[in-house]
Parts: sequence; structure tokens; C-alpha cells
Amino acid sequence: MNYRGSAKKLLESSGISIGDLITIEKDDVTYQGMVLDRSEDADDQHIVLKMDSGYNIGVNISSSNLKLVEKGKKPKLDLKPLTIKEDPAKKDISIISTGGTVASIIDYKTGAVHPAFTAEDLLITNPELRDMANIKGKAICNILSENMKPEYWVKSARSIYDEINEGAYGVVVAHGTDTMHYTSAALSFMLETPVPIVITGAQRSSDRPSSDAFLNLLNSVSAAKSDLAEVMVCMYAGSDDTGCYLHRGTKVRKMHTSRRDTFRSINTAPLACMKEGEIEILPGAKGYNSRGTVELKLNDYLEPDVAFIKSFPGINGEIIDYHLDKGYKGIVLEGTGLGHCPDQLIPSLERAADYQVPVVMTSQCMYGKVNMNVYSTGRRLLKAGVISGGDMLGETAYVKLSWALGHSEKLEEVKKIMETNIAGEIEEKSSLDYFLL
Amino acid sequence: MILIDYGDFMDWEKLGLKMGLEIHQQLDTKSKLFCPCSCNLTDKKADYEILRNLRPTQSELGKIDRAAFQEARRKLRFLYEAYSQETCLVEADEEPPCPLNLEAMELAIVVASLLNMKVMDEFHTMRKQVIDGSNTGGFQRTGLVATHGFLETSQGKVVIENLCLEEDAARRIETTSDGVKFRLDRLGIPLLEITTDPSIHHPEQVKEVAYQLGQVLRSTKVKRGLGTIRQDLNISIRDGARVEVKGVQNLDLMPTMVQREVERQIKLIEIRDTLLKREAQVEDEIFDVKSVFEDTGSKIIASAPAVKGLKLTGFAGLVGMEIQPGRRLGTEFSSYAKKLGVSGIFHTDELPAYGISSREVDRLKDFTGAGAEDAVIIVAHQEEIAQGALEEVKRRALMCFDGVVEETRKALPEGNTEYMRPLPTSSRMYLETDIPTFTITRPQVQKIKNNLPEIPRAKKERMESEYNLSEDLATQLVKRDKVDDFENIMNNLKLDPTVVASLLAYSLRELKRDGHSMDSLDSKTLINALKLLEQDKISKDAISPILIHVSQKNSSPQEAAEALDLLMLKESDVEDIIQKIISQKEDMVKQRGMGSMGPLMGIVMKELKGKADGKLVNKVLKESIQKFL
Repeated sequence: MNYRGSAKKLLESSGISIGDLITIEKDDVTYQGMVLDRSEDADDQHIVLKMDSGYNIGVNISSSNLKLVEKGKKPKLDLKPLTIKEDPAKKDISIISTGGTVASIIDYKTGAVHPAFTAEDLLITNPELRDMANIKGKAICNILSENMKPEYWVKSARSIYDEINEGAYGVVVAHGTDTMHYTSAALSFMLETPVPIVITGAQRSSDRPSSDAFLNLLNSVSAAKSDLAEVMVCMYAGSDDTGCYLHRGTKVRKMHTSRRDTFRSINTAPLACMKEGEIEILPGAKGYNSRGTVELKLNDYLEPDVAFIKSFPGINGEIIDYHLDKGYKGIVLEGTGLGHCPDQLIPSLERAADYQVPVVMTSQCMYGKVNMNVYSTGRRLLKAGVISGGDMLGETAYVKLSWALGHSEKLEEVKKIMETNIAGEIEEKSSLDYFLL
Repeated sequence: MILIDYGDFMDWEKLGLKMGLEIHQQLDTKSKLFCPCSCNLTDKKADYEILRNLRPTQSELGKIDRAAFQEARRKLRFLYEAYSQETCLVEADEEPPCPLNLEAMELAIVVASLLNMKVMDEFHTMRKQVIDGSNTGGFQRTGLVATHGFLETSQGKVVIENLCLEEDAARRIETTSDGVKFRLDRLGIPLLEITTDPSIHHPEQVKEVAYQLGQVLRSTKVKRGLGTIRQDLNISIRDGARVEVKGVQNLDLMPTMVQREVERQIKLIEIRDTLLKREAQVEDEIFDVKSVFEDTGSKIIASAPAVKGLKLTGFAGLVGMEIQPGRRLGTEFSSYAKKLGVSGIFHTDELPAYGISSREVDRLKDFTGAGAEDAVIIVAHQEEIAQGALEEVKRRALMCFDGVVEETRKALPEGNTEYMRPLPTSSRMYLETDIPTFTITRPQVQKIKNNLPEIPRAKKERMESEYNLSEDLATQLVKRDKVDDFENIMNNLKLDPTVVASLLAYSLRELKRDGHSMDSLDSKTLINALKLLEQDKISKDAISPILIHVSQKNSSPQEAAEALDLLMLKESDVEDIIQKIISQKEDMVKQRGMGSMGPLMGIVMKELKGKADGKLVNKVLKESIQKFL
């Protein structure tokens, strides 16, 4: 029970608990309803009742007389357990859930949307998925994506590796959307895969009839059965309930706080379009690995002490110095324009080079390539040892630097890794098509 | 149309008639309930069309609502018309709602107070599942503001149970084979939902309650005009069941609608009794009867890929029985079937007809084994749809054994009703987690209560006592919402209240009725026109022509009076004219002396064309004749 303070005292002294049917008598009015829990952050002056009409109300406890009408059960969701029969004619697809909106339900704790579903719950609420494949569900963690940490990327990668090793024809990862593109980049570097690995989520919680979770999941399962043996993000292509894009895991970014089609391919085109479970490889898609052409490999060494710093007009070297002093092993600097930062940062960046700490430059423009040869500031940055991130997204560069540092501590080697295209994260050629897609 | 007046022979009390009223009124706020968009509708071409599907989900208590499921079975696609300026991401369900509109909340508390209600301490926004597509989220946001109110009527007190503040739904534009198209302009306009308890017991009382509620609402900032207020009626009789009639537009039609619903419930009970007596049955089997109609004259049947039949044992004569004027039990079956996409059904009580021959009817009965007491229902459509439609008919036919079933029905223009969907259950509601709860403090409520608008009845009484207006004029001023204009004028000018009131209550309306647009007429212009009257520059008969001129030529009232030559003449001008006339009629004046007053008055008044007051003319004429003599 989340009631606290005065409200809690009153409920306890009246012998009333959540789910009981009670009346609250006030000077001029009496309310009857079932006691519901209250959100944790709400005040302690009100008791929440669910009226017969279905409405919730909050009744102020001052000069209130509570009377028990009938003891009740605490309301809870009652989903029947599943009995799933395997169909040999269908492919085996694993769904790994990590939490987030694609798997969530209303929580009495905070009164807010909270991740609570297991992978099995996904199947109960989306029974159509079982017509498409033999679905195996596995919940590896249950956290909001803003709480994702590099160690969870490793955990996810190992789980996926196990699933594929055990014969999964494809893997779907249910993930919160906030940091989905960090995870997709991480999995892209850590896994070489012979089968599709599809990451998906939802922008509208799955408790509501208009949720995008169902279509995202349906298309993800379909994509997991396709020929595209890549790490991909599958999310709405537009605002319509018509289809999803498959984005390359290293070149995708959440670009809107709330829209369904928030994930966009940056500096590349989406790999494919999914409509009602049918895949259409898009003409602009760059070469991809076909199913079965790559051998499954896991390279899950990550250096967690990497900082991702954004340059801004008033920035000074202290921020860089702080990270060096704290022992950070690498820094991604999201510079302005072609890859710049104010002059006053240069001494600290030179210090980083002295410490053998790689500094990788990406651009806060997001669209286009970093090119530090055009202006004198850029040339000074290059001289100070700053590594160009090319057309890599800042988030991808941050993940890749963690991964590179997991493989080598040598500055030169790390630089080489950062400048080499490993998982489609760098495109040499900038197409006229790649803007505001 | 002949309406039978059941009031004469129906004993409402004996029947146990109970009614409740539910009113939805749009508020006239600056912005919508949960986003900054304006509350105006638009006829512009949509900038965007968004395609969506809705899926029913688990509600807060884990029960799935049966109305929600009914809608889901239709698997409709929804198309939403959206705009770059008029609507935003909130209506498109692409952004969480903004905080609650406080102006709307205040209006809700005003209305609650006027209806003697108790206002909640804390307002919780709920999600009410509505998956007919009229809400992009699949739910309507709504919250309970007040309870425990009442209204006095001439037939006793009526309890006002609930007042809710909620979002209006999207506007249904058209239904095509592709699905239903909605426009997002209306979605999110603040709406008050006021419900009475089911204690209204006479058809005329329901009309009175609706009228009074309308009057209370109109004393606050609510939208006016077609579609801004919607009334739903709950009707039941003792042996019947609760039926909710949606979309009752015309107050005058309410008593008729009640009578016809009562009639329907009585007939359904009669049908139930007959069925039980006959030991009637709804057969489980659905027959493929295509072969019966191999060379049929019915175009509908001939062109359909499948023809399906359902036998209703013991239903003969009842399916065709009229239960409302022009509507039969078969019409009820048909309404259920239509939900599955068929355009209608055929039943043996109405056959042979529609190109179906009596030989085919006989063969149909033979084929299904139907006897003289049995009825057969047929549907012609694609296999799956025809099958589904008959399953629905079967479901409805089984309900006949319960007599009246709880339903949501649609009001039809002539006073009948038609099946829409099952009554929603209360499990449609769960907490809207994107909006924090809203505390309504007692001082806030008290402040609003201290500043309540005058309700129409009090306003009318004040008009009578304060301004000495007749009851009729006072009523008209209140009814036509002209009290503010009236008082504004009376505060500014010294004029006879009756003259001003009749201008506002009647003359303006007559001008409009005569086809003169008075749209450009603001209160300032009206005051300027009346100022001319106050200053005796014009006569009161000159006001209407001046206002017409003003609205047509966009001139000032003064200019209009000049252009129309309606300005009153000064006394000296009147003297000049009278002098002139006396000298013209010199002989007569000399002959008849003061006796010429009468004839001269007529001539002078004609000449002056009403531009001088009669009394003045009389005085000047008298003096002038005396002087002349």
C-alpha cells in the first residue's frame, strides 16, 4: 500500500485495506466505493475510491468517517497461464524482453505506466503472434530503458547468442524506446549473426487500444523470419497503422519524444519496409548479410568508463579534465558543425592524447559527416589527436568506443577500430537521399 | 404523421416507467481539454489523413468490456483527418495530453453548483474505453467532478447524479467500405456530461428536466447551435429492461420517443409470452439455402455468392409483428445482422415479396423443415459474412425469450429507435496515467459559488421587477440571451425599458426573419442608434429602417438617419413648414378658424413624414393658427 501519513493512519485505524468496499461520510455528503491504492508521489490527504460508475475519485480525509461495507480482494490482473503447443511447420522465434513500454501495464504503485509484462504476457495479449511462429519467450530483465546500462547490453547479447545457438530462427528483443538505439548499436558490435536480430518497442503503452506495440511485434516476428541477418530496429514507418521500417542497428536514432515513427535512419536509408508481416527490401538499402552467411560470434568485451560529452558555446576544458582525472578510458565529443569545439578545449584534448585517452569527434548536426580539415579549428583538433567519427551517430560512436576499448587499450589500435566500418556504422558515400527521411 | 397520444390511456405508474437523462454539452473555452488547440470545427480540406486500427485490451480490473468486444469484432479501419494548424499531436494520439484545462474545470464547478451538487475533493481523469474509432486513443478521457445534486420540476424533485468533465469525440465524416472516416477537429473539446438518476416518471417530465438543464447550461459559457448539446435517454418499464437512446436532438420529440419505446418494450414482452406459450426455439443449425433460389427473381439473392437460412421454431407471425410504428421484430434482427456488414435480412413473415416467389418460400420451408408456426430468416451475401450475420440474428432471437434486452439504441428522427450496440458495462474505465490528479480546494469551490451566474428563472424575475417589463418581454429577453445587451443599453441611455426590450426581443428577430443580416450589428452600433432616439433625433419607428441601412451600407446610425431622411425636424423647421401650409390654405383657415386644426393636422403630418412628434406639431400648429388669426 502506498498510502502514507494521515491517510494511512486513518485507513489502518478504521481497519480498511485496499479493495474493501467502504463509505466515507462527510458533513454534507457520503461516498461509497472500493478503496484503491494511491500513487506514491501523491499527498496523504486523500483516499481514492472507485465508484460503482467506474470513476475514481479522491476524497479528502478531513472530518471524514470511514465505514467498512464489505471486505474485498485487492484488484489484480488475472491472466490465465498459457499452454503452447509447438508446431513443427512453424519457425522458432525467440522473444527476449527487457522491459519498457512494449511490455507494460498500469501499476498501482505509482499509478503510472510501468513495465511489468513477462515475455509470456506478451503472447497472452498478442495471441496472433503464435500463428506466425513457435514463440519462445524469455525475460532477462525488467527495467525502463532509461535505466539500461552497458552491463545489460552484455547480458542481452549473451542471451541472444544462447538463443541462436539453441536453434532460434530469429530473435526479437522487446526494449524500451528511450535508449533502444544504444542497445541496437551495442548488439551490432557484439554479435556477428547468421539470423535476424530485431529490436522493437512501443511509443503508446500496450494497455491502450491504440498501442503500436502489436504492429511492431507482429512485424518484428516477421522480420525475424526474413533473410536479413542483421541487428535491426523495427518500429513504425509513419503515423499510420500500416507498416514499420527495419533500420540498421548502428544508424538509427530516436528523433521524437512521443511519435510512433520516432525512429529514423540517419545518414542511410532504412533496410526494409514491413507491411502486414510482408517484407519489402528497399532499393536504397546498402548491402546486408543474408541468412546463414555469417558464423555466430560473440565479442562482448566492453569498457564501461567512456564519457559522451556535448560541446556548447560556454564549455571549457574543466569538463574534459574532470573525466581524465576520474580515469575515464575514452571520450566521445559531440562537436558542432563539421566537428568543432571552442579553442579553449584544445589544451585539455591534448592532455587526453598524452594520457592515451582516445577522443572521438561526432557532430551534433547528426546528419552529414565530420570533416576536421575544412577550418583551422578542425585542423588543430586533428593535430591534438582527435579521431574523426565520420558519419557515425554520436550514440553509436559512444557504444563503439566502449567496445573498441574492450578490445584494446592501445590508442593507435582503438583509432583504427573507430575508423573502420565494423557493423554498417560508417558509410563512405553520402547520398542526396539521406536527409530528414 | 399521426402520433398516437398514449398519455391518454397509458398508466405510466402502473407500467413502472423510469427514465434518466444524460446530457452532453460542449463548453465554449479558449482551448481544448487537454491540448492548446481551439474548440472550433473546420470544413477545410484535411492536411493529413492518418490510418489506424484499434485493439481491445485489458482494463484496470482485468475484465474485458463486452461493448468493446462487439466493436472489435467488426475489425474496422479508421481514417482520421488531421490539420497542421487546427489540430496537434495530442488529438492524433502521438503525444501525451497537456495538463487539464482550468477554464473548463471552473465552468464544470459553476454548473455543478447551479445544480446543487457536491464537488469532488480530487478529480481523477479516467480512460473510458471506446473503440468505435471516435477516439484516437481507443478511450475517452473523462472524470467525475460532482455528485448528489437536484432539480425542482413541476412533478417533483429530480436527482442529478453525476457531472463529469470529458473530451468530446472525433467527428464522424463518412463510412466507406474501407472503414470510418473521422475528423479530429471536435476531438478534445471540453464536454460536460450531466446524468440524472432514473427517477423521472412521466414523459412530459423528462422534457421539463431537459429544458431546465439546458437553461442552467446556457447561463454559463457553453457552445450554442446544432450538435453542441446531445441528449441521451434511459428508459425502462417494470417488466422491461434499461435501454439507452442516444442522440435525442429535439426536446419536443422526447415524450413521443418515450411512448414509442414503452410500446416497444410492451410488445417485446408480449412476444416473449407468446414464444413461451408456443414453446418456441431458436435452431442451432445455419442452412446453406442457395439451392432453393437457383433461378430466383430476386436480384440481391441471385447476385450473392452465398444464401444462408436460420429456422426459428414457433416464431411465425412474430418476426413480422410491429413493435413500433413501421418497425417490426424483424427490423431488430436486421439491425443486429447489419453490424456484420449485410444490408438486411429477409424473413418468411414478409415473404413472398422482393422478387422472391411463393414457390421459393415453400421450398425454403421444406428445405429447413419449417412448419406453419415457424419462421425462416435468410441472408444473402459472401459466405462468411452471411454466416456471421445469421449468428447475430440467432443471438438476438434467443434474447426474445428474455423479453426486453439492455441495449444502446439510436434515436431516429420520427421518434423511433434503432439498435446500436449492447449497453456498456462499468469495466470500461481505468485511470489515465498521463495526467496528475487535480485537487479542488474548498475555498476554490466557495469562490465560484459566491460568483454564480444568474439562472434563467431568477434573471427573468429580476427583469420584471427591476425594469417593470411584462412577463412576456422578460421571458423573451432571457430566452434569446439578450439580457446583457439590454442592461448594457439601459445603463448607458435613458430610454423606456419596454421600447428597448421589444426592440431586442422582437424587432431584431423580425428583421432577421425578413432576410436582413444583422451579423455586423454590434452593441456599440445599437447603442449609437438608440442614442438618436434618446436625444429625440428620431422616432422609435425609425430604428428598424436605420438598422437595416446600417447593416447593408456599413454606415453609422447617424449617417443612415440622414440618408433615409429620418431625422426629426427642429421646432423652427416645423414652424416654417406649418407657416407654409397655413399660407397655402389661407382661405380655409380664415373661414373655419380654429376648426381648421383637424384638416390641417392631417396635411402637416403627411408633409412631415413622421419626422416630428405629433404633440409638438399639435402645439406649433395651434399657436400658428392663433397667430394667423
